[in-house]
Amino acid sequence: MSEPNANHDQEHHIVSPKIYLAILLSLLFFTGLTVLASYSDLGQTRVAIGSLDTGFTLYWNPVVAIAIACTKMTLVVLFFMHIKYSTKLTKLTVLSGLFIFLTLISMTLSDYVSRAWGRW
Amino acid sequence: MWLFLLTEVMFFGGLFMSYLLMRNWYYPAFVEGSHQLSIFWGTANTTVLIISSFTMAMSVWSAQMRRQGLLLLFLGLTFVLGICFLGIKGIEWHEKWEKFHVPGFHYSEQAFLNPASDPEVYKEYHDKPLSPDMAQKTEEYFFLYFAMTGMHALHMVIGVGLLIYIFIRARTGAYTNGHYTYVENFGLYWHFVDIIWIFLFPLLYLISRY
Repeated sequence: MSEPNANHDQEHHIVSPKIYLAILLSLLFFTGLTVLASYSDLGQTRVAIGSLDTGFTLYWNPVVAIAIACTKMTLVVLFFMHIKYSTKLTKLTVLSGLFIFLTLISMTLSDYVSRAWGRW
Repeated sequence: MWLFLLTEVMFFGGLFMSYLLMRNWYYPAFVEGSHQLSIFWGTANTTVLIISSFTMAMSVWSAQMRRQGLLLLFLGLTFVLGICFLGIKGIEWHEKWEKFHVPGFHYSEQAFLNPASDPEVYKEYHDKPLSPDMAQKTEEYFFLYFAMTGMHALHMVIGVGLLIYIFIRARTGAYTNGHYTYVENFGLYWHFVDIIWIFLFPLLYLISRY
């Protein structure tokens, strides 16, 4: 008798306001962190590919900024959007969306970088 | 709802992809272009939007707990914060208009050919003058700036409009009777728009500052 109800509760897990508040505070913290990080020069690394004149310079500022943005996105998706408490099907949907997005970006980029090698 | 959001990911993904390539091609123009944006307003807007995501999450919680008063309070707060965001965006866009930085029909490269002519930005960054052809490409930066923030703002306008509808329906108790799916799905949309801004903020404002 009580089983359908229990299932229903699992599908719509109610997240407590305390968790929402903790997520809000960490999102604000990461916002402050990314603004602070943007004011300092985090340096760069030369990545050589093959011979000396091909390769690229990796600047750490954008890498850190994007990494913080990804962390914030993960917090929002997992808790505000309830994915942590969702069914496997929903989780799979979200992950496949992320996967297709990254696939499209990386395929476009691999086409772009391989057309005129070294002249990026 | 999630499937709809995935199509939205693809939609904004195109904009992010073109930003990536253009930034790579016209790097100096993008650096000096981004110096024209105000970190203060950008940070303020990020904070406003993040808090509005929190109040939206709390709206869903109130609907789940069948607390009509709290639901109306949090929906109202989300609405006000959404309007705040659009207001700040409006202030920023207006500044671009006054400085002739609206691409297409109201554009001047003066601030990039001769950075000292824009003392407020110059005293902070001491940008070097760009060559005329690179200075032209700053228009590309502002085109992407307006395309990306504009598309984001359009989503916000739609969201704020839907919030009015939800608020009116919530007053009749429509979502506090156990049927809160509509509020929940709208929450997903609102958080998604928040996530887009979480990426726009560092890309457009932050990454060429030191």
